[in-house]
Amino acid sequence: MELCDLPAYELSLLLRRKQVSALEITQSCLQRIEKVDGRPGQLDDGKADPQDEEKVHAFITLTKKRALAQANAIDRKLAAGEDPGPLAGIPFTVKDIFCVRGTPSTAGSRILANFVAPYTATPVERMEAAGAVLLGKVNLDEFTYGSSNESTAFQPAPRNPWNPACVPGGSSGGSAASVAAGEAPLSLGTDTAGSIRQPAAFCGVVGVKPTYGRVSRYGLIAFGSSLDCPGPLARNVVDAALMLQTIAGLDPRDSTTANLPVPDYLAALEEGVRGLRIGLSPDYFQITFPDPQTGEYRQQELPAEIEARVRYAAEVLASLGAEIIEDVPMPNTRYGIPAYFVISRVEAASNLHRYDGVKYGYRTPQPVSDLREMYRKTRNEGFGLQPKLRILMGMYVSAAQYSAQYYRRALRVRTLIRRDFDQAFDPQGKYRLHALLTPTTPTTAFEMGAVYGDSVLMQYADQLTVPANHAGVPGVSLPFGLDENRLPIGVQLLGPDFSEAVLLRIARALEQATESEPWRKLKPQVLRNLAG
Amino acid sequence: MTDRIDPQTFAHLVELAALELDESQAEYLRRELNAQLSAIHELEAIPLGDDLPITSHGVPYTPQISQPPRADVWQPYPDPQEIIAQAPQSEEGYVVVPDIPHTTLE
Repeated sequence: MELCDLPAYELSLLLRRKQVSALEITQSCLQRIEKVDGRPGQLDDGKADPQDEEKVHAFITLTKKRALAQANAIDRKLAAGEDPGPLAGIPFTVKDIFCVRGTPSTAGSRILANFVAPYTATPVERMEAAGAVLLGKVNLDEFTYGSSNESTAFQPAPRNPWNPACVPGGSSGGSAASVAAGEAPLSLGTDTAGSIRQPAAFCGVVGVKPTYGRVSRYGLIAFGSSLDCPGPLARNVVDAALMLQTIAGLDPRDSTTANLPVPDYLAALEEGVRGLRIGLSPDYFQITFPDPQTGEYRQQELPAEIEARVRYAAEVLASLGAEIIEDVPMPNTRYGIPAYFVISRVEAASNLHRYDGVKYGYRTPQPVSDLREMYRKTRNEGFGLQPKLRILMGMYVSAAQYSAQYYRRALRVRTLIRRDFDQAFDPQGKYRLHALLTPTTPTTAFEMGAVYGDSVLMQYADQLTVPANHAGVPGVSLPFGLDENRLPIGVQLLGPDFSEAVLLRIARALEQATESEPWRKLKPQVLRNLAG
Repeated sequence: MTDRIDPQTFAHLVELAALELDESQAEYLRRELNAQLSAIHELEAIPLGDDLPITSHGVPYTPQISQPPRADVWQPYPDPQEIIAQAPQSEEGYVVVPDIPHTTLE
C-alpha cells in the first residue's frame, strides 16, 4: 500500500504523529499521477495514441509546483509546532469548473481555455485554509453538460479506472477517476442533476451532494443556478465527512448559502442506525425512458444485480437496528428528467450569455464587420455542441409564447417532486423517514461512445439522482458491490434538508458492516495493472 | 417523432442565441432539440391544479435561514490591470471591441 492509497483521515494521523511529511504524501500522489494518468486533456489533442486507452486522463492542469510549495509550507508549520489545519497535507483535486486564482479555469470548454481566474472559489479557499494541498484541475463535461465526461473540449477524456474502456461518468468524471485511481484522496465536484453521485457510483467512490445552500457557489462557473451544489468525492465516508465539514457553511459572497450552523459531521458518524426509519420506493427501482428508435416511452425494471445490492443494503441496515419502510410512493420521480430538460436549459442559456469574446476568454481570430458578427463567430467557434444545444433549448422553452407551456409548467412539476420528499420525510406524516435508500444509477458504467451523441438517452442516466436537485435535498452515493463485469455499483441515500449528518452516519454504518466483504479488497483495473 | 422546431423556428433561435452554425451542426442540433422536446412533452400529461405554486428553489428560504443583505461596500480589486489583461483586445485600460452597429429605435 502506497501513501497515495491511504484515506485522508489516516494520512492526517500519520502526519500529526510525524511518521510522514506532507511532502512525502504529495510526492506519492504525484508519482501515482505520473504512472496512471497519461497525457492531460488538451485542445486539439492531435492523433489518438493507443496508449491513451489504458490511462485515466483525469487532469487538465497539474499544479505540481504549487502543490510542492504548499506541502513544504505545511511541513514547516508542523516543525514549528503550529497548527497547520484540519486537512493539513491532504492532497485534493478540483473539478475545472471552479475558479482558482492563477490557474487556467476552463470549464472544459474552448471558450474559456485561456482564462486564468483572478480569484478563488470559496470551497477551494476553505480547503486550502484548512491545509489541504491542491494537486490540480480535473476534467469534466463541457460546462458540466453531460453524464459521461466525453463532451469535454479537452481530450483525451477521462476513463474509468475500473475499466478504461468505460466512461467514468459525469460531469465530475475527472474528480471521481482521480480519487478512484489513488491520484488524490479527495476531490471537489459539483452536482446539478447527479454529477457528483453518478460518477462516484461509476468509479466506486463516495460522493456527497449537499443540501442546496449548504456549500457556497461563489467562484463556481454557473450552469443551473437553482440546482448547482458543490460537494466532496472521497474513497470512504469518513473522508467525505471530513471534507464536507471544511467546505460547508455560510458565505457572505453567496447569498443563497443558508444561515445555519454546520453540525459536527465526524462526531455523529459512529452513532449507528438504531431507531432510524429508512424507506425503499418502488419508483426508484424502475426507469422510464424514450426508446432511441421509436421515441415511445418504456418502463423498465433496473438490472437485477443493482436492485439486489440496494435490497441487501436494506437488510444490513435492518440487522443494525434500523426500521425499513417498504413501498414509499415517490410518484413524480419519473418527471425529474423532463422538468430538468426545461429548467436547467433556461438557467444554462441565461448563464452562457456572458461568454461573448469581450472581457475574457476566447475571441474569434476571423475578420468581422461588427460586434454582433464577433459575438456569433466567437460563440460558434468557442462552444461545443452540448452548450449550443442547451442554449437553443433554453431560448425556446423560455420564449414568451411558450413559457407558460414549458418553463412555468416545469417549475410547478418541481413543486410536485418536492412534495414527494416532504411527504416521505414529514415527522408527523405517514412515513416519517430519516432517509430514502435507492440505487444511484440505472446502470453501471457504460462503454465510451455507447451513448454519447444521443442527448436524450444520456440525460436519462441521471433519472434517479435529479429529483434531489429539483427538491434541494441532500444525497450521498456510496460504493456497495461490483456487477458481473467487476464494475462498481452505487447505492444512494436521500434525506430531508440539511440532514447530511444522518445520511453520512447511515453510509458509515453500511461501510463498516461490509468492511470485510471480498469485493472491497478488489482494486480498479488500472491499479491491478500496476501491481502486475 | 414530430418536428416541433422547424427550420424557420430553428434559424430564429440561432439568431437569438447569437450563434452561427454550419449545416451539419444545425442538422444535429435541430434533431436533438426535437427529441428533447418529445421528452419534455411528458410534462403535459400531468394534471396540475390551478393553485399549484411554482418552486424556483427546492429548499424554502425561510427568514430564519436567509442571510441578511450584504452591506453595499465598494471592494476594489487590488490590480485592475490583471483583469484588463484577460481581455482579448485592450488599449490604455479600455476593452476594445469591433464597431457596435447602430439601430434606430422605432
